[in-house]
Amino acid sequence: MKHRLLFTGKKLIRMALLLLGVSLVAFLLMSASPLDPLKTNVGQAALGSMSQEQIAKLEDYWGVNDPPVERYLGWLGDFVRGDMGTSLLYRQPVSQVIGQRLQNSLWLMAFAWVISGVLGLTLGVIAGANRGKLADKLIRGYCWLISSTPAFWLALVLLVVFSVWLGLFPIGLSVPIGADAADVTLTDRLYHAFLPALTLSITGVANIAMHTREKMADIMDRDYVLFARARGESTRSIVLRHGLRNVALPAITLQFASISEIFGGSVLVEQVFSYPGLGQAAVNAGLGSDLPLLLGITVVSAAIVFLGNLMADLLYGVVDPRIRRGAART
Amino acid sequence: MEPILEVRNLSISFTQYGRGTRQVLLPVIRDLSLAVAPGQVVAVVGSSGSGKSLLAHGILGILPYNSHMAGEISFLGQPLTPRRAAAVRGKEIVLVPQGVTYLDPLMKVGPQLRKGRRDQSARTASRAVLERYGLGADTEERYPFELSGGMARRVLIATAAAETPRLVIVDEPTPGLDARAARRVLGHFRELADGGAGVLLITHDLELALTIAHRVAVFYAGETVEEADAADFAAGRLRHPYTRALWDALPQNGFIPISGAQPGPGEVGEGCPFASRCPKGRPECMGPVAYRELDGGLVRCLYPEGGEQP
Ligand code: SF4
Repeated sequence: MKHRLLFTGKKLIRMALLLLGVSLVAFLLMSASPLDPLKTNVGQAALGSMSQEQIAKLEDYWGVNDPPVERYLGWLGDFVRGDMGTSLLYRQPVSQVIGQRLQNSLWLMAFAWVISGVLGLTLGVIAGANRGKLADKLIRGYCWLISSTPAFWLALVLLVVFSVWLGLFPIGLSVPIGADAADVTLTDRLYHAFLPALTLSITGVANIAMHTREKMADIMDRDYVLFARARGESTRSIVLRHGLRNVALPAITLQFASISEIFGGSVLVEQVFSYPGLGQAAVNAGLGSDLPLLLGITVVSAAIVFLGNLMADLLYGVVDPRIRRGAART
Repeated sequence: MEPILEVRNLSISFTQYGRGTRQVLLPVIRDLSLAVAPGQVVAVVGSSGSGKSLLAHGILGILPYNSHMAGEISFLGQPLTPRRAAAVRGKEIVLVPQGVTYLDPLMKVGPQLRKGRRDQSARTASRAVLERYGLGADTEERYPFELSGGMARRVLIATAAAETPRLVIVDEPTPGLDARAARRVLGHFRELADGGAGVLLITHDLELALTIAHRVAVFYAGETVEEADAADFAAGRLRHPYTRALWDALPQNGFIPISGAQPGPGEVGEGCPFASRCPKGRPECMGPVAYRELDGGLVRCLYPEGGEQP
């Protein structure tokens, strides 16, 4: 137990350092951005009709004239105290914007994560256990096709087919247009999240299935599978008793590592479906030079990905007897 | 007595892809014959990496899909077809593999012994068979990584003894064990034979094989080159020059190394594969050499020791 706590502590310290680095990089990129916040947010024409005084006020608001080091340190100081600042675009506290957006995105990502995990694992196990046979070829064909298809393109295709042609699903947004927040039902949310989630799942499945297949095929070549066969176990029993058990560990890693991919995919997919999630907010913040929001989103998403990996590591310790018992004995 | 296992002219080869899409047939076992009688321990002795283990996989019908097997195998007097092999493996024919890597690393010993059965009688049986090999009840709760080398070996033997095998195939039982543990492990196989089963012991270690084997088949470059009674060795009644060389290479017999290397699969021509290293080789040895009976054993040599020219 003590061992595990120490391990977690170390990981958390590493996470803090990582987040610091990530935020710094995001800040530097933003500072180096050629986009002029005034021109992109206020507009060339509007700027022309403004007085010098007004422009100075705006420049102040967007922090154009502050020295970068001061800006970053200022942000960092607030952040450590738990204040993520105020979004310049949305004129709301960053934490509030992220909270709302994250809630929308979580629906999407959780759905895609579970579907791609379960389906990817199943397909991968089937393909790996039947290496070289028809099932394997079909599954691999699907994986190759999907991995060579850009996510946003797939999103467009689904959108055109299901929403435009068939009219089965909404074209965009996360709730019905003009609906009161109180009236929005769970069904509404699922209905709106369906296509974006489907897009994310389809691409996620391919990735997980492909990797699981490799692991499974590797397991089927192991000595213990040969011995199980020599002892008269059927292929079915070998897959269920030995295959699944041994593929579980790499599957956990894959599953949690896929969080970051789903996160990345959601940025593009949300854009296509105009789904007001975290990914879309990130794009807006980046293009609109909304520094506090962008830094906030960067840090929060990095933290989520990192926590996912930490969870995988901790689960490993629970599932793998070599770690669980090995650690218990020292 | 009718032999439990009879293998005649067995060959096993692999299809491999050569340059481009050209397929190459790689013969690993070319001509292997032997017989195992009830109560008998027959050792197949050959150097490491010569493909002896494939014999075990061939008998059990678990060769990889890119392999081809030809020749005859009969078990209890009936041809051992793939279907029959699938029905008897793990029951009447059992394998004792080399080491702990043949156990599922994430499954406790108990469930592995019971092959998925959960009933009380299976539990009693697994407990009993572990006890038979001096392993306590706590062994069932251990994972393979928690077993010592000797314990792992005994667990593997227990998997065989848990069935009622007629034929036990043992693949390299001693590597990694000290001399005492190795003798003890071999003793267990002798017990199984004394119980009436046939034991086929596949090993590179002639010396250890001789401590329990009744008969020894010597394997060289994909062929059995001699089959002899274990007693023939001590009595100096050896037939094939390679067997002689193996015997002389043992520490107590002078430690005389054999020069040269064994030809690999696909490197053997028509003649005697030992010709390049044989002190008695003659031009005729480049022609076909038959496996024939001699003096109570079998030999594949034109000019064997103690045999006249054919
Ligand atoms: S056949 Fe000839 S080369 Fe081969 S072992 Fe006998 S004597 Fe030597």
